[in-house]
Amino acid sequence: MSDLKQELKEKIIEQLNLEDVSVTDIADDDALFGDGLGLDSIDALELIVMLDKDYGIRLSDPKEGKKIFESVQVMADYIKEHRTK
Amino acid sequence: MKKVYINSIASISAQKTFENSSFLDEITDYNDTVIFAQDPDYKQYIPPAAARRMAKGIKMGVVAAKIAMDEAGIQTVDAIITGTGMGCMIDSEKFVSAIIDNNEQYLTPTSFIQSTHNTVAGQIALGMECKAYNFTYVHSAISFESALLDAKMQLENDEAQHILVGGVEELGAHTTNVHRVINHIKPETVTISEVLNSKTEGAVFSEGANFFVVSNEKTNSCYAELVAVETFNTLQKEKVSETIVNFLEENNLKISDIDLVVLGNNGDVDFDNFYNQLSEGIFSKTQHIFYKHLVGENNTVSAFGVWLASKMLKTQTIPEIVKMNEISNSEIKTVLCYNQYRGQNHSFVLLKKC
Amino acid sequence: MSKGVAITGMGIISAIGNNVAENYDALINERKGITRIDNIETIQREEIMVGEVKFTNDELIAQLNLPPSNNYSRTAMLGAIAAKEAFANAGITDIKKYKTGIVSGTSVGGMDMTEKYYYEYLTEKAPQKYIESHHAGDSTQKIAEQLGIEESLVTTISTACSSAANAIMLGARLIKSGKLDRVLVGGADCLSKFTINGFKTLMILSDTFNTPFDENRKGLNLGEAAAFLILESDEVVKAENKKVLAYVKGYGNANDAFHQTASSENGDGATLAMEKALKIADLKPSEIDYINAHGTATGNNDLSEGRAILRVFGEEMPEFSSTKAFTGHTLAAAGAIEAVYSVLALQNNMIFPNLNFKTPMKEFSMIPQTKLKEKELNTVMSNSLGFGGNCSTVIFSKEA
Repeated sequence: MSDLKQELKEKIIEQLNLEDVSVTDIADDDALFGDGLGLDSIDALELIVMLDKDYGIRLSDPKEGKKIFESVQVMADYIKEHRTK
Repeated sequence: MKKVYINSIASISAQKTFENSSFLDEITDYNDTVIFAQDPDYKQYIPPAAARRMAKGIKMGVVAAKIAMDEAGIQTVDAIITGTGMGCMIDSEKFVSAIIDNNEQYLTPTSFIQSTHNTVAGQIALGMECKAYNFTYVHSAISFESALLDAKMQLENDEAQHILVGGVEELGAHTTNVHRVINHIKPETVTISEVLNSKTEGAVFSEGANFFVVSNEKTNSCYAELVAVETFNTLQKEKVSETIVNFLEENNLKISDIDLVVLGNNGDVDFDNFYNQLSEGIFSKTQHIFYKHLVGENNTVSAFGVWLASKMLKTQTIPEIVKMNEISNSEIKTVLCYNQYRGQNHSFVLLKKC
Repeated sequence: MSKGVAITGMGIISAIGNNVAENYDALINERKGITRIDNIETIQREEIMVGEVKFTNDELIAQLNLPPSNNYSRTAMLGAIAAKEAFANAGITDIKKYKTGIVSGTSVGGMDMTEKYYYEYLTEKAPQKYIESHHAGDSTQKIAEQLGIEESLVTTISTACSSAANAIMLGARLIKSGKLDRVLVGGADCLSKFTINGFKTLMILSDTFNTPFDENRKGLNLGEAAAFLILESDEVVKAENKKVLAYVKGYGNANDAFHQTASSENGDGATLAMEKALKIADLKPSEIDYINAHGTATGNNDLSEGRAILRVFGEEMPEFSSTKAFTGHTLAAAGAIEAVYSVLALQNNMIFPNLNFKTPMKEFSMIPQTKLKEKELNTVMSNSLGFGGNCSTVIFSKEA
């Protein structure tokens, strides 16, 4: 599980081009959107693609992303349960 | 109708031009067929949250805009008008190649969003929270002049007071290769001193951003008065001289009133004759100024010509590196810029000392 | 009283018709042009619906009588067809008699060819002719070539979905300022894998018929089209005894400055654009007889635009409808085809229906006009709202 969380942090940084952020800067429960890491709706769409490409989870409604991407912990839990890859 | 002034300028180009305090003091010689812009410190101007998505062109545009705004000493404008011939190449290429390489799967939105031609104007507006008029012109070598004409019309009619106008162009690797294949780029590397006499086809391709705050009020930072802008989609070579004479007449001027003529020679043996016929003909007794040997060729590089003209008018000096002949002027009062690309999209910009 | 600019001709090609008459016939007979895509091979085929012009590129080449060596992109061909109709409609015989220019809008440009031959360009000679037609100004240049417009002011605007509306705006200003006597204004965009996939990544494409202003709307259908108006100065109209179809009475452009692709919740940009247009037109909101809305059927647009319309019109809201259920969202051409529809509405005193509407949006009680309605129309407002927060409104009127 902690491997998955580590992996997610690395992917988030790479996919979203967060140049000045390192894995240690993102705590498992940090809010990713809004005040925390400050990601926005375009980032959410990027992460939705990542969910599909790397974990085989397809979301049909972008609004679902809001709940799933709350924090790395929430993401990891969701992926663990729904991944097909 | 109100008069229109260029109150501030900013240029990011293949030369070190992003500091307004210098004027082509350090010249970078290159020996290449494609030259890239020299970057200012983008981090100083753009927060990382925004910068992470921006390809070079957007960064250049946003920063050149900021530099111009800072110099003009204003926080917002009544309109933002940009010009770009090719748009955001890097993001376009990223998205197209992803579509092809991945067979339309796992595509991500950022490069699509950033590839729209008006993304620079949109980003500038976002940064300034400016809800005003926002247009982007995308017509090859007159993209910038179209933007300038639009701004001038609004200012003359007092529909606006201050307008931010600029041209942006970015090099994309694939597109560069594609243009090589059709011989639009120089076949062999050339230096600054060689390019204009290279007698080969094609030009040295480049990128850059040039922005101006144009107003209908003269301020302390004023560079020049923008007197007239005109564009022509086509113009026969034989008609250029006559068209210039008519253009000047419409503005109550004669050839002899022009102190400097800024010409867009780029070393392309097939098309520089449009200019050479002038320097050998109607403008044989006028001081010729060239610039593309320094900053290359791209769809909005004529904005650099306007930058150069503005700086010469304000400082009343002419950098040696841009002079192509030696005709002395006691005072630089009136400057004409003429540009075209591959025989099409001709533009005249007339500037006066303010 | 602010004087309008005369419209003396129009031309259009869209998913619902290949000329003005066919488009009008489809509008009054509720015949929508939304289908699965046929001319482009894409894995998205079963997941999207589009407003496609059912001619292949070869058929368009034949229609325009282009030589085999031509390098017209599909955008250029659609544009040329519509432009030629507009020119003929305006009865223009001597192009050089008056200072004539072109302002066109596009977002796709020649990308349809570039995406086809992206890698082949480097190795094969045959497709290389399309390299020069990639840039956005090319389709406008091709139209100039087709119409014989030389040594003139010819330019192109690209502000995403508001491009053509902005072209109309600039054209009107060029006539008013005397810089041109006559100007062709409008836009053209063809379908492409670039835009299909681009919008797919934004997750705003519907897999079924688009339902503007409906609570259960699922997104937009992309479309392709071209449309142009001929604007002429009063002097030319008088000298040539031209029949005026309608007038460009008011216009406004503003920026939302909220987000790169989404509109602000309260539709600030759209509100400002509508207010500016009313000001230029010297009209009060109550004097607008019909609004042809942008109404793309995305969650974001319809909410934002709806709120903006409410802010500007309040209790005095006239009938409004989106015709995108007929044609799809034709991107840069939208402002132009909807300009043609606005003029048709004025000429025929007809309000075109907002198809596919079932359930009002929960955020407000705005119900679009769902059936064709005859009503005396003197003014029509048309909205076009694009990426980058670019919001444009044009007001058309029967009288100057």
